[in-house]
Amino acid sequence: MQNLKDLKEQIRKALPELDVVIGWTGGYDPLHATPHFIRRDEDIDKLQVNALCVHNLATYLPALRGKKVGIVVKGCDSRSVVELLQENLIDRAGVTIFGFGCNGVVDQTKIRRIVGDVGNIDSCEISGSDVTVSASGAEHKLPLGDVLADKCATCRYPNAVLSDHFAGEEVTTTATFEDGYKDVVEFEEKPVEEKFGFWLKEMDRCIRCYACRNACPLCVCRDHCVAQSRDPHWLSQEAHVRDKWMFQVIHAYHLAGRCTECGECQRACPVDIPILLFKKKMNKEIKEVFDYEAGIDPEATPPLMTFKTEEDKIRERKW
Amino acid sequence: MPILEGKELRIVGFLCNWCSYGGADTAGVGRFKQPTDLRVIKVPCSGRIDPLFIVKTLMSGADGVLVSGCHPRDCHYTEGNFYARRRLEMLKRFLPIMGIDAKRFEYTWVSASEGQRWQEVVTKFTEQIHELGPAPKIAGADAEETLKLMEAAL
Ligand code: SF4
Ligand code: SF4
Repeated sequence: MQNLKDLKEQIRKALPELDVVIGWTGGYDPLHATPHFIRRDEDIDKLQVNALCVHNLATYLPALRGKKVGIVVKGCDSRSVVELLQENLIDRAGVTIFGFGCNGVVDQTKIRRIVGDVGNIDSCEISGSDVTVSASGAEHKLPLGDVLADKCATCRYPNAVLSDHFAGEEVTTTATFEDGYKDVVEFEEKPVEEKFGFWLKEMDRCIRCYACRNACPLCVCRDHCVAQSRDPHWLSQEAHVRDKWMFQVIHAYHLAGRCTECGECQRACPVDIPILLFKKKMNKEIKEVFDYEAGIDPEATPPLMTFKTEEDKIRERKW
Repeated sequence: MPILEGKELRIVGFLCNWCSYGGADTAGVGRFKQPTDLRVIKVPCSGRIDPLFIVKTLMSGADGVLVSGCHPRDCHYTEGNFYARRRLEMLKRFLPIMGIDAKRFEYTWVSASEGQRWQEVVTKFTEQIHELGPAPKIAGADAEETLKLMEAAL
């Protein structure tokens, strides 16, 4: 990020008033960044902001309610913060938002697929348009465009939609809503049995680790998740493909009209199940019926938490 | 062997206590002829129906699910069915991406006095499900068994 210096300066100024500022720093190897909790001045120097900073840090906010928290956000992450505000899960006065314009983050799975063994990364350099990874003695120069997360290729909100401090220039984008849902439309056109078979096979791989749920900034039930509750008993504890699939539908449903498509669920999945597709499908329909997008307006009410006596787009079925 | 074996499909109906359950009762009292595939689950209000009940029902082996509540503006709890309408409409639009035919699920409004209408709704919905035939069932704990069955059926 070009204006890391400005961002650090903004954080330095605000820090005395805050309990913690959440950002990113270098992870366990040069290919990964990791969340970074800044409490002292010296922590600020370790702040890292680049295409490796994939985590949506908004996921920490609800648990830190009551504290004075600063948070560094990309465009997509900022929408999660807005959604949390909309739902009264955090307080506006309790969060200080450090926004910036994002040029996209990498998809580690794509890198892994090209580089192969990523167990031993020596270095990772990101220039304007390339990522150069040295792993196990070999050097790989990858065009950044090839390894960007899918969501970034069609991102319509690269700049923080809400911020108290904004570092650097705004990023411009030309992507439209339709661009972002081409994959959904394509998948929908498949025959119904093929889709059923596809999900059966995909869900079979699920190991019920719930990383998808834990990474989601809007999965706020945490210890009360229906996945583990015995009362009501929605799911058994068996590794049954039906339960695993059902869990994903539950996730999509509990996020209906709330999901901001940060993609954290799919990113966190250790077995690469394309679970974002369910959420995108729901969002596409939400947009069509209610002309609504989550996480844009802090004052708005998610459409499934309200109603209209006369709905504009829902037709009564004739029998 | 039960005489209806092979002729009936499994359809589950979620009916609200105040209108549609009453409507079904009216149909019964009026001795209107109805198909026998439907199994009714009475709920206090259509607003009580979590769309996930329907997903769970379909994933557990039902061939079709029918939801019926009070007409909009007639809800016993004033606004339960207004919330239901939004949720159920979303479900109807969501099912296809799972590989479940959207026609396996319908929602409608029937009042307690509309016995005749109830008869029509059940009859038409049952016909619709029979046209689609049995839904693919998730056979075993692993996907393999189900996929084999599906291949054999195609
Ligand atoms: S469901 Fe996935 S994409 Fe949507 S908000 Fe949660 S983590 Fe982000
Ligand atoms: S992260 Fe993936 S494997 Fe883990 S529970 Fe979610 S879908 Fe299953």
